[in-house]
Amino acid sequence: MAHSEDVDHTSHGQSMGLLRVLGPAHVWALGVGIVLVGEYMGWNFAVGKGGAYAALIACWFAGVLYSCVAMIDSEVTSTVAAAGGQYTQAKHIIGPLMAFNVGLYLVFAYTMLEAGNAITLGFLVDTVAGMTGHEGGLDQRPFIVLAIMFLAWLNYRGVLATLTFNLVITAIAFSAIIVMFLATSPLLGAGEMLHKDLMSGQASLPYGWLGILAAMHFGLWYYLGIEGTTQAAEEVRSPARSLPFGTLAGIMTLLIAATLTWYVCSGLLPWEYLGDGVNGAVAPLFSAAQISGSNALVWLLGIGTLFATLASANGCINDASRAWFSMGRDHYLPAWFGAVHPVYRTPYRAIIFLVPIALIFALGAPLDQVITFSILSGLLGYTFMPINMIMFRKKWPLDTIKRGYEHPLHPLPAISLMALCSVTYFAVFLGYGTQLIAMIGFYIVVSLWFHFWRYRFVKRADQFTMPWPRPRGY
Amino acid sequence: MMDTWNYIEYGAWALSALFGLLIVIDWIKIDTTYSEEALTSSREGELEAMTEKHRLEG
Repeated sequence: MAHSEDVDHTSHGQSMGLLRVLGPAHVWALGVGIVLVGEYMGWNFAVGKGGAYAALIACWFAGVLYSCVAMIDSEVTSTVAAAGGQYTQAKHIIGPLMAFNVGLYLVFAYTMLEAGNAITLGFLVDTVAGMTGHEGGLDQRPFIVLAIMFLAWLNYRGVLATLTFNLVITAIAFSAIIVMFLATSPLLGAGEMLHKDLMSGQASLPYGWLGILAAMHFGLWYYLGIEGTTQAAEEVRSPARSLPFGTLAGIMTLLIAATLTWYVCSGLLPWEYLGDGVNGAVAPLFSAAQISGSNALVWLLGIGTLFATLASANGCINDASRAWFSMGRDHYLPAWFGAVHPVYRTPYRAIIFLVPIALIFALGAPLDQVITFSILSGLLGYTFMPINMIMFRKKWPLDTIKRGYEHPLHPLPAISLMALCSVTYFAVFLGYGTQLIAMIGFYIVVSLWFHFWRYRFVKRADQFTMPWPRPRGY
Repeated sequence: MMDTWNYIEYGAWALSALFGLLIVIDWIKIDTTYSEEALTSSREGELEAMTEKHRLEG
């Protein structure tokens, strides 16, 4: 028998949707929370590919790429205020096949990143155990599973608590980077920086200009995931204001965090050690804190590393589940996934479904492969964005739909983003050509499945919900 | 010989099982209490459509 609330909902013709409870700070916490772990670990592989200068060039080059991403996303999503982010944008602006692919890019990118974060968390706990005198190594699996289960439970229970938690831990992790910079730079601290000694002669550009190109691949790590802010579109109180504000504040935070991280780490650690993310500086900010000789900094950066990892996994669960939920709601996937929890108002079935997938990858796949699949899916998503932006402005020029934010200099950001994506594809191909081809092959196969089978279940008229005028030229 | 970290490992397994159980119990409860129609009644852009309508009528 149906519950009384159920009768209330249906008798008044109302639906049980996601709750609009978030503000701009939560949007910031979602975007920066997913990304900040890239400052704590991962970016330093760029140093290994081309030296410290190459890593800085990659940092700023990727910074331009992601500033374009943030501006484009802010404009489009301030008008497409629905869960699903870029998937929903693609559905309204380009078409169903592109939307299906973009939806999968999002789910893969975030679920793989969540698995990567959980693996990292297990490693961090093992490191702490070793530092406190535990011998023989730790079984990392219970900590990997606990991270995924706890965060899935938090996401299941409600978006406000989930992203408030992210706000707190992300703010602490970001503050730790600022404190580290202030404590070690000549501004306030002891001025222990050795840039001149560590980056001169052969160490300046050890592999020449080709090293800079190779470093581009890992330059993405400084910012990968900021586009995740758009997934909160259906749960923010004021999408037209909060989404652009949270996203643009997020990319500014990351540009500062990335540059400070590079400055601190490259000034304290030799490039050969910094660039070796496997046997050398696995968590470079933490390694830099150890070199500084301050126990307080070691603790602070240790906590920062742990919180950044948790925040990233938390945001990834939030985003992957919204994308999966939206595809279910539109019948791109079985409609069963389009359910909303009647009490917590979360996409609970999408959250539950993605838990075992994250666990399988976290427990059964090597970290570098998991992260590579995440980056490749992200890159395919970025390639879609400039096409989406150009078509959006063409079909609905500025005078036809009111935007919460209009990005400047169109089409320059879209063209820049496309050009930078091309360079990054080449860089990825140099290092991970087989994975790139395998991934594209996979998306071609699932596209055929969608086109020839799944699309017949989509209620074609129902999926276009925005109260927009007819596109120009139609 | 067991040390604190070994107990923490068992604690992590136990907490993982607890969170999993909490999710599954609630999932079953919700799916058996509410109709499928009500659970999947969310519609994209409904708020925006209503706002638009309200503005036109106002």
